[in-house]
Amino acid sequence: MRPAPFAFARPDGLADALSRLGADDDAMPIAGGQSLLVLLGLRLAGAETLVDVTRIPELCGAREADGAVVFGAATTHAMIEDGKVPDPSRGLMRRVAGRIAYRAVRNRGTIGGSLALSDPAADWCPVLIALGATYDIVSAGGARQVAAEDFADGAYSTVLEPGELIRSITVPVLQEGTRWGHAKHARKTGAFAESIAVVVKRPDGVRAALGATGSHAVLLPSVAEAVASGGDVAAAARADIAMADPDADAYRARCHLATILNAAREVCA
Amino acid sequence: MIDLSFTLNGAPVSQRVEDRTSLADLVREGHGLTGTHVGCEHGACGACTVLVDGEPARSCIVLAAMCEGRAVTTAEGLVDDPVMAELRRQFHDKHALQCGFCTPAMMISARDIIARHGAAAPATIRKELAGQICRCTGYAPIVAAIAAAGAALNPSSDAAAAAPHVAATAAGASDAS
Repeated sequence: MRPAPFAFARPDGLADALSRLGADDDAMPIAGGQSLLVLLGLRLAGAETLVDVTRIPELCGAREADGAVVFGAATTHAMIEDGKVPDPSRGLMRRVAGRIAYRAVRNRGTIGGSLALSDPAADWCPVLIALGATYDIVSAGGARQVAAEDFADGAYSTVLEPGELIRSITVPVLQEGTRWGHAKHARKTGAFAESIAVVVKRPDGVRAALGATGSHAVLLPSVAEAVASGGDVAAAARADIAMADPDADAYRARCHLATILNAAREVCA
Repeated sequence: MIDLSFTLNGAPVSQRVEDRTSLADLVREGHGLTGTHVGCEHGACGACTVLVDGEPARSCIVLAAMCEGRAVTTAEGLVDDPVMAELRRQFHDKHALQCGFCTPAMMISARDIIARHGAAAPATIRKELAGQICRCTGYAPIVAAIAAAGAALNPSSDAAAAAPHVAATAAGASDAS
């Protein structure tokens, strides 16, 4: 199994990478490549040029700033799992990172790459929605900020335009008194999830999100309201699942119900 | 074609490679290091696992061109490694292989598990090994061999054998505040 031929470009900094991505419609950014190289090998994706973004300083590492942590898009899952970067989430992001695929994949796969691919089963999408993250997107023409819940618009589909690149992910630091719950269901350790639910209960409000739907991760407004008010989470979950994953079969809907209830239980424990 | 300079099992290498060449193909076909086995070729089986800068990576889904300036270590480069020596001893003793196809990568992953978890409990080893597929053994002897090697290399850590898993579960279940 070999990908079709492409050119591998090692850009000289962010400006050079953006200019290469902007100038060529058939150029794609590559970070860890843990999904993209599979898709290229299976010839489900094609590119004339792959632009390596893993050595661009602006995309590497994480820093604390103004009540938030800014993660460079090329931060690997393993760096987050191991606590080698600051954690704004009181342990939530470390737990999530440690359950993505397998260690060999986590050593190379990146948070920005996972978001940009927008696999429906991706781990970070619902987590970053529940945490209220924003993504800093750059192109040769400038930069813009997109809220996590507005970023994906379908399976493998996002608001990224050709030539745009995720530079960083800003995650607000959870205040004292914030609690979170997270549940992921997969057939075996490291397999693609069949449902992911995340609930973050701040002193000033609750956000809940569901991933591994037929499309993209979304907020669960009824579940958030039920957790905040001590209402019937199961009834709220059924209502939200019908909206979040309308094509779910009975099995998938029960997976969603189970992860939502487990995440809500962990928040309320 | 693209220029590539990296370290392979401790020796500096400079060469030109086709841009799409995987690291697995480079070490096997370019350097004759056939301890790196190519099974599924799409990152599912783990048989091609090598170390890049000391960390396990699936060489079938790493491009050779990505390894510019990196240190790549294959099973052949770990012959004199003391952890691998203990793993070889325990894999032999516990009959942790039959056909041997998964074994070099299984041992490279096992070495990483011991590095990160010390004398890991069987449950931790099973979780960490989920990405390494063996079609012969049913995994039980592999888990036993890694547990024995971890214990032999961490003699004073009987408590540690259970603690990492228990601690991780307790931390995960605790509230976030």
